[in-house]
Formats: sequence, structure tokens, C-alpha cells
Amino acid sequence: MSESKSSAAPRAAVGSVSKGRKTSMERRSFFSWLAVGWIAFVGVTGGFFTVIIRFLFPNVLFEPPQSFKIGYPEDFAPNSVDIRYKKEFNAWIVRDDESIFALSTVCTHLGCTPNWLATDNKFKCPCHGSGFRMTGIHFEGPAPRPLERFKIGIADDGQILVDKTKSYKWEKGEWENKDSSLKV
Amino acid sequence: MNLVAIKSAIDALSAPTISFTILTVIFPFIFPPSDWFEKIHRKTGLWRMWTKPGGLIGMILITAFFVIGYFDVYFNKTLTKADNFPIVLMIYSMWFLIWLGMYKAYRNDIRIEQGLKPEEYNDPDDKVLVWPDLVYIEFIALILFQVFLIVWSILVAAPIEEPANPAATPNPSKAPWYFLGLQEMLVYYDPWIAGVLLPTFIIVGLMAIPYLDINKKGDGYYSFKERRVGIFIFMYGWVVLWLFLIIIGTFFRGPNWNFFGPFEYWDTHKVEALTNVNLSEILWVKWLNQGLPSNILIRESLGFIVTGLYLFVLPVILAKTYLKDMLAAYGPTRFVTLMILGLVMLALPIKMYLRWIFNLQYIIAIPEWFLNI
Ligand code: FES
Repeated sequence: MSESKSSAAPRAAVGSVSKGRKTSMERRSFFSWLAVGWIAFVGVTGGFFTVIIRFLFPNVLFEPPQSFKIGYPEDFAPNSVDIRYKKEFNAWIVRDDESIFALSTVCTHLGCTPNWLATDNKFKCPCHGSGFRMTGIHFEGPAPRPLERFKIGIADDGQILVDKTKSYKWEKGEWENKDSSLKV
Repeated sequence: MNLVAIKSAIDALSAPTISFTILTVIFPFIFPPSDWFEKIHRKTGLWRMWTKPGGLIGMILITAFFVIGYFDVYFNKTLTKADNFPIVLMIYSMWFLIWLGMYKAYRNDIRIEQGLKPEEYNDPDDKVLVWPDLVYIEFIALILFQVFLIVWSILVAAPIEEPANPAATPNPSKAPWYFLGLQEMLVYYDPWIAGVLLPTFIIVGLMAIPYLDINKKGDGYYSFKERRVGIFIFMYGWVVLWLFLIIIGTFFRGPNWNFFGPFEYWDTHKVEALTNVNLSEILWVKWLNQGLPSNILIRESLGFIVTGLYLFVLPVILAKTYLKDMLAAYGPTRFVTLMILGLVMLALPIKMYLRWIFNLQYIIAIPEWFLNI
């Protein structure tokens, strides 16, 4: 085939290489090699991206559930801050004179985690020194707004249920919302 | 002399309110931007800082501070922290480089006064070839620096802390040393301003200097007198508003980001009772004795007026009065750019003092829109 072609249209042949019978490739075998090449290419890139996409989904998720039960209202002493849930759930459970609420542990300045200083009765951020009262209201340092509160309610079994998917911001007047704190 | 007394004196003086004020007040006498300052600079002998003995005394004082600090129980902890080693180097190199520049500038100033050419023109033949002269020097400096870095990294273990835990932020939490000036700014400004706007202004402003500076003198040689205002402003921004803030952040900030003197115990429970107020609260609650208006724009109106006056009206007034000549010389575009850069730079110390004196938190406080100035 290549022979007839090259003899029929010698001018179409490119360069001198194609004239040699042994070096030129059959058209059909060229297509089959092309197919193999493409399949290999698709296989490799496909595998590559599959692995990468798989990588985005970790085997184990350490994320704790977004809503959790923290026991009964009586478990919390009045005027106290409970720091037991800080590590796992990033929330402080505060009980003041009339209500229980869950404060987010994310500083509203740049997002560090403040510490509860029981002796000074305040949350104090170690990054730029913002201070928050027990209620979450900011009063010193650069934080421009109070800590956010999480949704809190009573579950069917009488335990307190904190739901972190919903948070309430003071500056938007959302602390008025009945779900932002639990009257006791 | 009693070392304890000296230490507590240094502790008291290093409180940023005091040390920052002292630095700001004496700064124009160290880098005199006008004839009046120059006169006092000469009379008090401050100019001797920029002579050889002055440079040496500076080095000795810095070293004495570190030696005394090394043997102090509390300062030793800060000083020998691996993170803080670069700051020690920074303080030495900062002093040396400023001194070197000023020393050469003062020698040239005297020569220029006598009608001579600056010293730089007295080199055997004015020009040096890039290759091999400059490249060789750079190459040797590079090798020496490599050696230094390798020795450093072998001798001092990297200051790596325990694995990160989102629930426990180290107290105090410090940025890398070169960012501590930024972290100080964050104490006074909202993250958007201190973390994004001001750094952008710094970088853009520094890049703009060659285009803004039309003073042809001092080109290619050291000189102070010929560009004293420029040097003064730059030095204030660099030394006080950047380097000194790094030093405060490194040595004077302890747990809960409270201030501590260098020789003071880092007491986690040090209480500094502060209650910050926004300008709107001062206006409505304190002065007008009523609640905050619910309309945000009315609530923050005073803040907007003050900011507007500062950023937009002040340059116009200055252009008409005090800086008339400057406007004529620099043209409106340069003038406006310089004004904005300068006013933004000055806004940092202004805000620091407002915080220190009036506990003022934000001039415009609209957390609803994430706009706090
Ligand atoms: S992140 Fe808490 S004060 Fe800046």
C-alpha cells in the first residue's frame, strides 16, 4: 500500500525517509498504535485524577458531630463556665443567673482560641489580647464583636442539646432569639 | 549603683506607653528635620551618636543590656528562646547599619559645606566594575552567610512546638519575629486594616518612593542635610513603627498579650482592667446620654466625620497653608499620594495613643459590615 502510494504520488511523500519501505509505518498499524497510546494516556491520567480525588476524602474523619448532648441543666452550676467541651466541640457552656448558653471558642478578631481565666472572670485571647466577659461580650483588645453563641435546646430525653450548625451573633440582635440560650 | 533599681527602672520605662512616647519625642532630635531641631541636636551633643565613639558606645550599651538580661532569671527565658535569636541579630545590625549610614552622611555634610565633593567621589577611580569586583564580593558574602546559617542550624535546634491543637492556643501566641510588628498593629486595628490594608500601603509606598522623591541631591552618595525631612520620615516609619514594634512584640509581650517589662515575671494572671469603648458609644451614651441609634450610619456618623476630616479635609488645609511650597514643588498627584501615604502611616501612632489614653476601640465600628476603623 505504501509502495503504490509512494509510486503514484511521489511528490506527496515528505522527505526521503518515507521513500524507504522498511522505515515507513503502515497506516493501519499507525491507527492501532494511536489507539493504544490514547488508551494508555486516558488510563494513566484517569488513574492519576482518581487517586487525587480519592485523596480529598479521608479514610477517617475526626470531625466530631455538629450537635451533641451535654447532660441536664442541673449539672451546670450557676455563674460558671464549663470548659469540658472546648477541646472536642469548640464550645464553652456558660450558665449565668437566668440562662445556659453555648459560646463559640473562636475569637472574633482573627480566630485564635481564647482561654477562660476563672480568677479574672473573663475569656482572654493569647494572640492580641482581646478580652470577653462571661456572657461573651467583648470589652478589651481589638475584637470588634462578641463571641458567637450556638443553638441550644432540650432534647426529648431532657438533656441539653447543642447544635453548632446554627450560630447567633449579638451584633445582629440574634441573641434575642429563644434558641440562643436556655432559660433556667 | 544598684542593679535591681536599674532593672525596675528599665521595666517601668519599657512600658510601650512610655518607651514609645520617649522614642517619638526624641526622634526629631536624633534625626533633625529642621533647623530648630538641628540646633538642639548640636547643642545637646546628640550628633555624637553618629561619630565613631558614638557608634561604639551604642554597641556597648546594647551588649550590656543583653549581658545583664542573660543573667536575669526572667529575661534569660525570653532572650535564649531560639525564636528570638534573630531579634538579637536584628538589633545589632540595625544599629550598625543606621550608624554607618549616618556616619558617612555627616562626613559628607561637612565636606559639602566646605565646598568639597562628597567622599564617594574621592575613590581612586570613581567607578568599580561589576565583574569581577562586585560579583566577587557578593560571592564571598554568600559563602560566609551560608557557613553562618549552617553553623546556626547545627547549634540551635529549630523551635518546633507540640503538635497543633485547635483547642489550645499557646499563650502568648507569637507570630514569626519579622511579623511581630504586624501583630502589634493588629492590637489596635481590625484584621482587615492591620492585616491587609496597612501592609499593602507599606509595600506600595516603599515601591513608590523613587517616583515620589524629586530631590535630586544625595544621589549616589550619603548625605543627611540635603534630604533631612525624607530621612526623618522614613526613619520614623522604619525604626519606630516597624522595628520598635517588633522589639515590643518580642520582649515586652507576655501571656494574654499583656505588657511586661523585660525583667518582669510573666504572670499569667496579671490583670489589666480595661474597658474599651467605641467612638459611637462615647458620643451617644456618654455625651448625649441616650441609647445608640438603630440606624448604623447615624450611629457611626461622628466616626465618619472624623475619618473624613482626617483623610480628605486635612490634606486640603495643609496644601493651602503649611505645605503650600511643597504642593507647588511636587505637583498635585505626587502631593496627594504623599499625603495619603503619610496620613495612613501616622494613623497607627494616633490610634495607639487613642487606645492608651481613652481606651478607644474603634472610631468607626460597624461589626455588622465587618467595617471597623
Ligand atoms: S485573634 Fe483573638 S485577639 Fe486577635
